[in-house]
Amino acid sequence: MTDDRRTFSRRELLHRGVALASTAATVPWFVENAAFGLAPEAATPTRTIGADRILVIVQLGGGNDGLNTVVPYFSDDYRRLRPRIAIGAPGSDGPGGAALPLDAKAGLGLHPSLTGLRDLHDRGLLGVVQGVGYPNPNRSHFASMDIWQTGRTDGQGTGWLGRYFDARCNGTPEPQAAIALGRNAPISLVGDVQKPIAFEDERLFRWKGEDLHPAMKAPYESVVRAGQLSGVDPDSQAAYLMRTSLDAQVSSDRIRAAVKRASATPYPGGALAGQLRLVGAMIRDELPTRVYYVSMGGFDTHGGQLGSHANLMRQVGDAIAAFQKDIESQGMQDHVLTMVFSEFGRRVAENGSAGTDHGTAAPVFLIGGKARPGVIGNHPSLVDLDGGDLKHTLDFRSVYAGILADWFQVDPRPILGAEHPAAKLVV
Amino acid sequence: MSADPLSPLPERDFDFWSAAHLLRRAGFGGTPAEIGVLHAAGRDGAVARLVEYDPTPDTDHRAVADIMRPQTAEERATLARAREVGDEATLERYRRERQTRQRRDRAQLAALRRWWFDRMVTTPNPLEEKMTLFWHGHYATGYRTIEDSWHMLAQNRLFRAHAVGDARRLAAGILRDPAMVRYLDGQRNRRGNPNENLARELMELFVLGEGNAYTERDIKEVARCLTGLDIDDDVVVFRPDRHDPGVKTVLGRRGRFAGDDVLAILFARPEAATFLATKLYRFFVNDAPGPRSRDAERTIAGLAKLLRRHDFELAPVLARLFASRHFHDPANHGAIVKSPIQLLVEASRSLGTPPRDVDRLLDDADRMGQSLFQPPSVKGWDGGRAWINTATLFVRQNVLVHLLVGEGDAAAPFPAERLVAHLSTDGPPDPDATVDYLLRFCLGTEPHPERRLELRAFLASLGDRVDRDRLVAMLALVTALPEYQLC
Repeated sequence: MTDDRRTFSRRELLHRGVALASTAATVPWFVENAAFGLAPEAATPTRTIGADRILVIVQLGGGNDGLNTVVPYFSDDYRRLRPRIAIGAPGSDGPGGAALPLDAKAGLGLHPSLTGLRDLHDRGLLGVVQGVGYPNPNRSHFASMDIWQTGRTDGQGTGWLGRYFDARCNGTPEPQAAIALGRNAPISLVGDVQKPIAFEDERLFRWKGEDLHPAMKAPYESVVRAGQLSGVDPDSQAAYLMRTSLDAQVSSDRIRAAVKRASATPYPGGALAGQLRLVGAMIRDELPTRVYYVSMGGFDTHGGQLGSHANLMRQVGDAIAAFQKDIESQGMQDHVLTMVFSEFGRRVAENGSAGTDHGTAAPVFLIGGKARPGVIGNHPSLVDLDGGDLKHTLDFRSVYAGILADWFQVDPRPILGAEHPAAKLVV
Repeated sequence: MSADPLSPLPERDFDFWSAAHLLRRAGFGGTPAEIGVLHAAGRDGAVARLVEYDPTPDTDHRAVADIMRPQTAEERATLARAREVGDEATLERYRRERQTRQRRDRAQLAALRRWWFDRMVTTPNPLEEKMTLFWHGHYATGYRTIEDSWHMLAQNRLFRAHAVGDARRLAAGILRDPAMVRYLDGQRNRRGNPNENLARELMELFVLGEGNAYTERDIKEVARCLTGLDIDDDVVVFRPDRHDPGVKTVLGRRGRFAGDDVLAILFARPEAATFLATKLYRFFVNDAPGPRSRDAERTIAGLAKLLRRHDFELAPVLARLFASRHFHDPANHGAIVKSPIQLLVEASRSLGTPPRDVDRLLDDADRMGQSLFQPPSVKGWDGGRAWINTATLFVRQNVLVHLLVGEGDAAAPFPAERLVAHLSTDGPPDPDATVDYLLRFCLGTEPHPERRLELRAFLASLGDRVDRDRLVAMLALVTALPEYQLC
């Protein structure tokens, strides 16, 4: 069923694409290749499956407090070290509220405001990967986020997904392979060859020069969509710029058309929900994009955590639940996998301001029809700590490797190295 | 036998557009008047004006050293005691205080970015800033890793001081630069506990180039040579007790080497000159991918030879390059993809747009992929076609519109008519001449006939009169051309 759907859309895309190109000199890469079946890895079966599988990454910026997100109410140490901000067991009654049931046997619950995720859990759509981190944890926002995004402990170089796309694309970047919502594309999506598109709202893809005078639009469209002009050496820098300019116009048309459509399902307010709504619209419009990236900040809860964290949790849970409903209304629940992470968790003991300071390991959530449901892995010890911080039980690169191997069905080792066995996260 | 590509361009061929090309490449371009001055100086005079400058003092920043100062002995003792007794309140106070200083330091870095950008736009010595930018991309160090704006400033000043000077002395300076040493874990490299980061990048990225002449064994040996470095507040010091004093073998040479000895060995290799020559070629002449022309290869080989002859002193080598046939060959016009900083500074200087909000411009440069003081990795910026993709193209076009018209009704107007004032003898300039001039001036090459037709038709549709508003509109269109991204 799903393959037919994709093939049909490619034909449709071909017609749209040819209509948009104003000269035959250059047809945008993805249209041309779809038409002639000239995918860069035409011989590799993974390509067709890859196009059908979408990864959505939700980045929580600031260091989300994992211990109050997936609550280890089984642990007396947890309560002892967080006298003011610990969350109680389901049905309990304390200042932190009562956790939502997640795994009664393990004594784990979800933050009281994560009702959205709890519903997904009840329907078998939520995987909770415990204790994710890396050795020699870095508690600097910048550095740790760079580590997560590059998939390297030195935080240097290209993004892990950038390398995934580089490996696929054979030197010719795919214009819409990865899209980030927000003003800067995260390093995660940046490769040596492959670069993502980043936009805050679709108005980015609009030339501001049009505002100067009504007569500006037509000549602008003409020059930027002309593609490679006659007599220009195709290998020249100028030809490259002309072709890329046309690609850029076609890509942006595509995105603007996609996000203009109203979503079929309701979304709550808030920035994250807004971003996910745009992602849902682009998926509904069958963009060829394989990775979407959304992000939300504010998780650096150093003081007075209970109130602010509850607010954040509600936004996250409700936005993701709404997104999943949107995906289901499109029949795409087996084709979209959502991953939620933060650059580090927080310290086990609360601080003097009823908040928490930068920590280490934390849970990663996976949502989707093909996410392995339930609580996965081992909760980090709350007794055997590393200077007051949790010791990770799973390296984040094993999470990435699991996604690369089982979701995108590629060998993770060229992208992440051989030291991190793929965690089984996809069914 | 065809002429040596590095032989001087015949004087008679050094016209106004040659001077424009020179100013754009060796600097960040200039107004028609500035180009005229350069043109009038003749080929050698123009090159001398650019290459032989008096260094511009760069102490006019307002940065302070002690934001990210190390802890005092007293502070260290207090913290140790607090940890022992579990004094959370004190520990937290220190954490807070440190976070406050980090916030202040980030603000100081933002100020330094503005300071450097302003220098690039206003400097009378554009090659000085352009080479500072070159070295910043070559000896790449990122603020996010070291989180010390004073050290980033010190490094920036080191680059400026050696902009067109002795590249070997700059390398020696880099081994004594706190930002670089910290960035590449130099202070963690100790006798018995080696850290190869600095050694590897020194050979792979800084002096020889990846895979050229050295082996993994050499990296380990060079790491031994570089042991003993430590950072004492703002200075790199050498601690003999941490240094491996034994005999090392580096590229076939044996001795009890330390850092400066390694540099001497590396720079003596022919690969060092070729590596630097190739980088300079991509930065100043042509950064298109793929196999190079015979003349290009001969030019690079010639530059390498000159570097060796001049002991890596850049000024005379660049002077030869900037005066050469190959540099001025039309095939090499429009052959470099403008970096985001080049795009912004060049547009400001050559068009003469009024100053706009620098933070906004730097933010746009970040979105175009070039964040000052924050290259993506120790490899710096790849440059060339890597600058160009769907998102960055729109940012590039829109930032130019912003330069031209500013933001809001109170934005300073841009007197675009000055660009073509020389075209009018009596009354407004002729439309045909204006179109030709704008295209040639902005694109740096002969424009494609279709672009001329398009721009001419546009002006006609606006009423065929060359005034400020119509010039601004035409410039908006010209700067949106794909070819405008090239210089």
